[in-house]
Amino acid sequence: MKSLAELAELRKKSLDAINMRDGHAHKRVVVGMATCGIAAGARPVMNAFTEELKKRNINDVTVGMTGCMGMCVLEPMVDVYDENGEKITYVKMNPEKVARVVAEHIVNGQPVTEYTIANENL
Amino acid sequence: MVDLSLHLMDIMQNSVVVGSTFVEVGISAEKSRNLLTIYVKDDGWGMSPETVKRVSDPFYTTRSTRKAGLGIPLLTDAAQMAGGEVHIESEAGRGTTVTATFQIDNIDRKPLGDVAETMTASIMGYPDMEFHLILKNEDTEYVFRTEDVREQIGEVPINDIEIISFIRDMLNEQITLIFGGILNEIIS
Ligand SMILES: Nc1ncnc2c1ncn2[C@@H]1O[C@H](COP(=O)(O)OP(=O)(O)O)[C@@H](O)[C@H]1O
Ligand code: FES
Ligand SMILES: [Mg+2]
Repeated sequence: MKSLAELAELRKKSLDAINMRDGHAHKRVVVGMATCGIAAGARPVMNAFTEELKKRNINDVTVGMTGCMGMCVLEPMVDVYDENGEKITYVKMNPEKVARVVAEHIVNGQPVTEYTIANENL
Repeated sequence: MVDLSLHLMDIMQNSVVVGSTFVEVGISAEKSRNLLTIYVKDDGWGMSPETVKRVSDPFYTTRSTRKAGLGIPLLTDAAQMAGGEVHIESEAGRGTTVTATFQIDNIDRKPLGDVAETMTASIMGYPDMEFHLILKNEDTEYVFRTEDVREQIGEVPINDIEIISFIRDMLNEQITLIFGGILNEIIS
């Protein structure tokens, strides 16, 4: 059974990681969490980002959420901002796609164009 | 929405955008009364009686020209389908509590779903707010508060991935522990 006291251990580990990354810009993930996004699976998508980043020991990427992203039919939608604030919008996301976005875009800096909004025939 | 944890996520999203400092989620099972109650409580701006009326009455809503929200009507549907109802208590300037009830054994009651993920996603998205989760099953109760987590982790941000992951595992254990006996009835 997990108890809050165990957090003290994690605190040390996380502090070391924070001290290592201090100062430099980092990537940011923002998941659309409006009613339509939630119904379409946005929460597991957000969780998949967290899990994937944890698996790869990446602790300098923040995962956040926002409300309406403007296109219900393309939900779940995710914006990934790079170190310069440049944004790529991914659409119709799911946890499997997340693994690829983390591996190719977040780790290697190559957006997965197949999943982007630019690839949709709107 | 396929389960109640997604409805909770959605109702919590209302709370986080109205200037709240905390959001409390409660889940209470009373098998003797065949009653499952869930609620989301915040200390945000609240609503005027007029708005409460507008959001809780679907007929009222559809007749207004304003684009109506979907979240509360969807929750109302889910509750009514399972022999329950939705109740909104709100006071401008003080906050809002949205409560939904369900008959536990109603075949149309949606399963509880992944409440731990709903909590951690919300904490991740709004790390400056405080979140509480209160689980009750007859006489057993469990209270989770982000304030207690912060006390342990000091200067480490609560949205740190290791911390979030820990919270999720801990909440899952507690949800199983509290609702264990009737888990299959609540999480169908
Ligand atoms: N916790 C809350 N505090 C204040 N106002 C709320 C709250 N929840 C809902 N409302 C009001 O009710 C409206 C309808 O909510 P909802 O059905 O979830 O649709 P939506 O969030 O898409 O507008 C909101 O737009 C808001 O004006
Ligand atoms: S309501 Fe669906 S994207 Fe805005
Ligand atoms: Mg809403």
